[in-house]
Amino acid sequence: MNLYIELLASTIRMSVPLILACIAGLWSERSGIVDIGLEGKMLIAAFVAASASAVFGSAWIGLFCAVLASVAFALVHGYASINQRGNQVVSGVAINMLAAGLAVVLGNEWFKEGGRTPALPPEGRFLPFEFPMLYDIPVVGTFAKIFLTHSILAYFAFAIVPLSAWALARTRFGLRLRAVGENPQAVDTAGISVAALRYRAVIIAGVLCGVAGAFISTSLSSSFVRDMTAGSGFMALAALIFANWRAYPALGACLLFGFLQAIGNFAQGASVDGFQIPVQFINMLPYVLTVVLLAGFIGKSVPPRASGIPYVKDR
Amino acid sequence: MMQTRGELPNWVDVGLIPLINLCVALIASGLVVLIIGENPFEAMWIMVQGSLGSLKGWGYMLYYATNFVFTGLAVAVAFHAGLFNIGGEGQAYMAGVGAATVGLGLDWLPWPILLPLAILASMAMGAFWAWIPGVLQAKRGSHIVITTIMFNFIAASLVGYIINYGFRPVGKMAVESREITGAYILSAREVAREYFGVKIASSPLNFSVFLALIAAWAVWYLLWRTKLGYEIRALGANPAAAVYAGIRADRIIIIAMTISGALAGLMAVNEILGVQHRLLLGYVGGAGFVGIAVALMGRSHPIGILLAAMLFGLLYQGGSELSFAKPEINRDMVVVIQGLVILFMGAFEYAFRPALSALFFPLGGEDNQ
Amino acid sequence: MTPAIELIGIDKRFGSVHANKDVSLAIATGSIHGIIGENGAGKSTLMSILFGFYQADAGEIRVKGKPVKIRSSSDAIALGIGMVHQHFMLVEPFTVLENVVLGAEGGRLIGPALVKARAELVRLAKDYELEVDPDAIVGELPVGLQQRVEILKALFRGAETLILDEPTGVLTPDEADHLFRILRTLTDQGKTVILITHKLREIIAITDHVSVMRRGEVVATRKTMETDVMELAELMVGRRVLMHVEKGPATPGETVLEVKNLTWKDRKGIARVDNVSFSVRKGEIVGIAGVSGNGQSELLDVIAGITRPASGQVIFEGKDIGILGDPRHVRAEGLAHVPEDRQHRGLIGSFDAAESAILGWHHLDSLGKGYRLDRDKVIARAKSEMEEFDVRPPDPLLKSSKFSGGNQQKLIIAREIKSDPDLLIVGQPTRGVDIGAIEYIHKRIIQLRDEGKAVLLVSVELDEIRSMSDRILVMFAGRVMGERGPDATERELGLLMAGVAQDAA
Repeated sequence: MNLYIELLASTIRMSVPLILACIAGLWSERSGIVDIGLEGKMLIAAFVAASASAVFGSAWIGLFCAVLASVAFALVHGYASINQRGNQVVSGVAINMLAAGLAVVLGNEWFKEGGRTPALPPEGRFLPFEFPMLYDIPVVGTFAKIFLTHSILAYFAFAIVPLSAWALARTRFGLRLRAVGENPQAVDTAGISVAALRYRAVIIAGVLCGVAGAFISTSLSSSFVRDMTAGSGFMALAALIFANWRAYPALGACLLFGFLQAIGNFAQGASVDGFQIPVQFINMLPYVLTVVLLAGFIGKSVPPRASGIPYVKDR
Repeated sequence: MMQTRGELPNWVDVGLIPLINLCVALIASGLVVLIIGENPFEAMWIMVQGSLGSLKGWGYMLYYATNFVFTGLAVAVAFHAGLFNIGGEGQAYMAGVGAATVGLGLDWLPWPILLPLAILASMAMGAFWAWIPGVLQAKRGSHIVITTIMFNFIAASLVGYIINYGFRPVGKMAVESREITGAYILSAREVAREYFGVKIASSPLNFSVFLALIAAWAVWYLLWRTKLGYEIRALGANPAAAVYAGIRADRIIIIAMTISGALAGLMAVNEILGVQHRLLLGYVGGAGFVGIAVALMGRSHPIGILLAAMLFGLLYQGGSELSFAKPEINRDMVVVIQGLVILFMGAFEYAFRPALSALFFPLGGEDNQ
Repeated sequence: MTPAIELIGIDKRFGSVHANKDVSLAIATGSIHGIIGENGAGKSTLMSILFGFYQADAGEIRVKGKPVKIRSSSDAIALGIGMVHQHFMLVEPFTVLENVVLGAEGGRLIGPALVKARAELVRLAKDYELEVDPDAIVGELPVGLQQRVEILKALFRGAETLILDEPTGVLTPDEADHLFRILRTLTDQGKTVILITHKLREIIAITDHVSVMRRGEVVATRKTMETDVMELAELMVGRRVLMHVEKGPATPGETVLEVKNLTWKDRKGIARVDNVSFSVRKGEIVGIAGVSGNGQSELLDVIAGITRPASGQVIFEGKDIGILGDPRHVRAEGLAHVPEDRQHRGLIGSFDAAESAILGWHHLDSLGKGYRLDRDKVIARAKSEMEEFDVRPPDPLLKSSKFSGGNQQKLIIAREIKSDPDLLIVGQPTRGVDIGAIEYIHKRIIQLRDEGKAVLLVSVELDEIRSMSDRILVMFAGRVMGERGPDATERELGLLMAGVAQDAA
C-alpha cells in the first residue's frame, strides 16, 4: 500500500517539470514558433537557480534568476525565429547546446567543482509541504500523502494548466495568439502585430521553463549536476504532440510520462518473478513509449498551421 | 532549408557569409571567456598553438576532424533530403556494437577480410538506427527530429546494457569489451615507424582519415552525379516539384536516412577500430552534435564539411590544451562555441545579408527581369 | 463632392522594381471604381499602400479631402478603409464570429465581444444581403460564403471604403453576380468600392469609373460608360491585342487518351472529380474550361499519375495508367505534363536551369547510364532546349528562380515538348507570362498538335480555351457539364461553367 502511495506521489513530482515545459511549448507552438529548446531553457534555469540560491541563500532569488536566464534564452530563440526568420529547429538545437556548455563552464568557474553547484541548505530549496497531523487519518491521510506533499512550485504547475486553457479560449490575447499560429497574415491585415504576439508567447514559454528548471534543481534535488534535465524537455515536447497541442490532454500526457519515470526510479533493483529487470530498459521506457505513440496512435497529428514557418509579408 | 535569397554573388553566399558568422560566434565565445575572467586572445592563442603548433597537435586535430567529417556528412545528406537528422550520436553509438560484434565474434578471419566486414557492420548498424526513424517519418508521419532525439536516448541505454551484459569479460571492472585485435586500423604512428622508419609523436590519428576523404568524395558523387542524388536534392529543395516529377518521397526519405546513418556509423570505425580497439561506454562523446555544426558551417557540401570539420578539430584539440593550460576554462567551452556556431550559422543565417547587400549594391540591386 | 479617396503622386520601389510610378487617382464617394491591369502592373501594390501594408516612398493620400498618413493596417481601418483580399485572410479553424471579431474585440475578454458581434452581424446581413451562419467553421464554408465573411469583417469595423482585390477569381458567374448586387447595395447606401481586377468584362458590367494601370503607371481613367472592352484591353497591354491565335483546322486521328467514369475524392471524401468521361485523339487540342477550383487541377493530377482515382479508368494508348499512381511510369508511356503552378511544382528554384530542365525526366538513359547522371549531357540538353525555345538568358547554369515568369514557363514547355510525348497535358500555360512568351507558347502547342500529337489544355482564361481548342469541355463541381466546339458562345460556355445543364446542341 505504502509503495503505491509513494509511487503516485512520485508521479506527481516527476511530472511537474514536464507539465511546465509542456505548457511552455504549448504557448510557443500555438503561436507558430516551434520550440525544440525547452530542454536547454530548463537546463540553464536549473543551473542558475541552484547557483543563485547557493550564493544568496534563498530559493526565491534562485527562482527569480532562473526565470530571467530562461527568458533571456527564449528571447534569443524569439529573435532568431521572428526577426531573423531563421530555422527554428536549428535555433532550438543551438540553445540546448549553448545551455549545456555554459552551465558547466560557468559552474566550473564559479564553484570549482567540475560543473556541479554546491549542495543547497533548506532555505535554498523549495521544500514540499508537510501535514504530519493528517497522515494517520484513514482516507484523508492517504489523500494528503499523495497530493499535499509537494512544493509550491508543483501546485503552480498544476494551476497553470487550467489558467492556460482559459486564457487561450476566453481572452483577447488567447484568440489572437491562436489566430497567429494558424494564419499570421490574417492577424497582420487586421492591424495586429504578429511579432508582438509571438514574442509574448516566447516569453511565457521562457518563464515556465524557468520555473521548471528551478523546480528540478531546488525542489526535486538539492544542487545542479551537468545534463540534469536528462531529456525531459524532449519528453515534454512529445507529450505536447501527443496531446495535439491542447492543454488538458497535455496534462494527462505529462502525468503518464511522470508515472513512467517514477516506475523507473522504483523498479531499479526490483525483480519480477526473480528475473532482474535491467535498469537500462526501465530508463529507456519513456523514450520508447514516445516513439511508439508518435508512430502508432498519432500518425499525422494536426499542429497549428503556421507552426515553424517564419512570417514574411507577402508581396 | 538551404535556400538562399537575394542577388549577392555566389562566393559571398558560400564563402563570406559563413566566415562572418563564424567570426561573430568566436567573438561571442570570447565574451564568455572574458566573463570567466580570462583573456580571450590568450585563450585563442593557446588553442591555435595546441592544434597547429606541434605534430602531435596536428595528429589530434585530424583525428577529431575525421569523426566530424563522418557525422557532418551524415547530417548533410539528410539535410539535402529536407530532413533534420539529430540522431547521429545514437547512430554512431549503435555502430560500435556492429564493429565490435564482427571484430570479436569473427576474429578467426584474417585481417584483410575481417576489417572490411567490421567496417560494413559498423555502417549497417548505424544505418539501421537511422532507418527506423526514416520509416516512421515516411510511413507514419512521425516527426524525424523528435524520433531521432528519442533514439539517441534509447541507444544510450541500450548500448550501455549491451556492453555491460554482452561484451564485458567476467571479472573486468571497467564497462568495456576485451581488446579487438583482429580488426584494427593502423595508426599514423605505427605506419610511420613500420614503413618509413620515422618516429612521430603519438596521437590517435589513423588510417580512417583516408576513409573520411573517400566518404566525402563519395557523398559528392552521390548527390551531384547520380540520379538518386538528384532525387534526394530535389525532394529537399521542393517537395511539391518532386512529387510532380514522380519522385517517391517515402522511398527517398528512407534511403537518405539510411545513408545518413551509415555515414554516422563510420565514426565508430575511427573510434573503435582505429583508436580505442575496444567497445566502451560513451565513446561518441558529442561528435554527433558537432556534425550538425559542421554540416551547417559547410553548407552541406562535402568540401565545406571537410574544412569545417578541420576547424572543429582545431577547436577540440585546442580546447583540450586550453583546459590543461588554464584549468579555469572547462573543456565544455568548446560546446559553447559549438552552440554559438550553430546559432549563427543556422538561426541567424541571414542576419548579415542586409548589411552585405548594402555594401555590394549601394545603389540597389540588379534588375531581375 | 470631395472624393472618398485621393492618391497623389504615389511612388514605390521594391529594390530595382519600380512598382508604382507617380500614381495619381481620385475615387468618387458612392461609386464603384475599377482598377484594371495585367499581373505586375502595380494594382495590388497600390492598394497595399492604401491599406497600410506598405509605405509609399513619395506621394500623399487624402481621405475625404484630408491628408492622412497610413502607417499600418490599423491606421487604414481607423480611417474607414476596409480590404477584401484575393487570398482570404481567414483563420480556418475559427467560427465566422471569431473571425469577424479578431482584432476588434473591444476588451480583454472575448465573451462580451462575441455577443455584440452576433447582433451586429444580424443587422449587417439584413442590410446588405450578407447572410452567413455565425457559428459555422470558416474552413468548412464554400468559397462564396467565405468571401462574405471577409466583407463582413470590413463592415464590422466601420469601413466606408471597401477595396476588393480580384474578388471573382474563385466564384461562379452566379456567385459573382450576387457579389455585384451586394456592391451596388453598398454604394447605394453611400459606401465607396474600389474593385481591382484583370477581367475586362467585370469592369464593363459593374463599375462607374475605371483606371487602367500598366507597368506601375496609371495610363488612363475613364467613365465606364464611355469606353469598351477593346479600348481597355489595348490600354492595358499597350498595343492592339490579337484576340485569336492563328491555326489551321485539326485532323484528329485515333484516340490516345480515354478517361472513363473517373472519380477522385479528396481527404474529406468529397468527389472533386465526379464520374468524368472523355477522350482525346491524336492531332487535336481538347480544352477544359471552368472556373478555378472545379476539379480541373485534380483531374490533371490523376491523369499525370500524381494521385490515384477512387474509381474509373484512365486509359492511355490502351493501357490503364490510373492504377499506377506513378508519374514516372506515366511519363515513360509517352505523356508529358506542364503543371499549373510552375513556381511550386514545375521547377526547382534553387537548382540551376539545367537541373530544372530534367525534372521528371532525370531517369533517362540519355542523361547517364544506369544510376549515373552525366553533367555534360544534362547541360547540353538544357542548352539546346533553351536555344530552340528562346529562353532568355540562354544560360543553363543560372539559377532557375532568376528567370522571369515567361522564360521559366518556356523552359518547362521546352522540357515537356522535347520529350516527344504522345499526349501533352498543360495547366494554365500562360498565367503570369508576358505577351511575347504567350504567343510563342501557343504557337508551339499548335505545332505539337499539327505534328499529330494530342494535347489536353486546362485554362481558366476562357479566351485562351476558345482560341486554342478544337473541342471544349466545361467542368463544374467535378463534372463535365458538356462538350462544345470552338465556335461556342461565351454565354453558352458561361452557363455551363456555372453549372447550368443544357441539352447537347
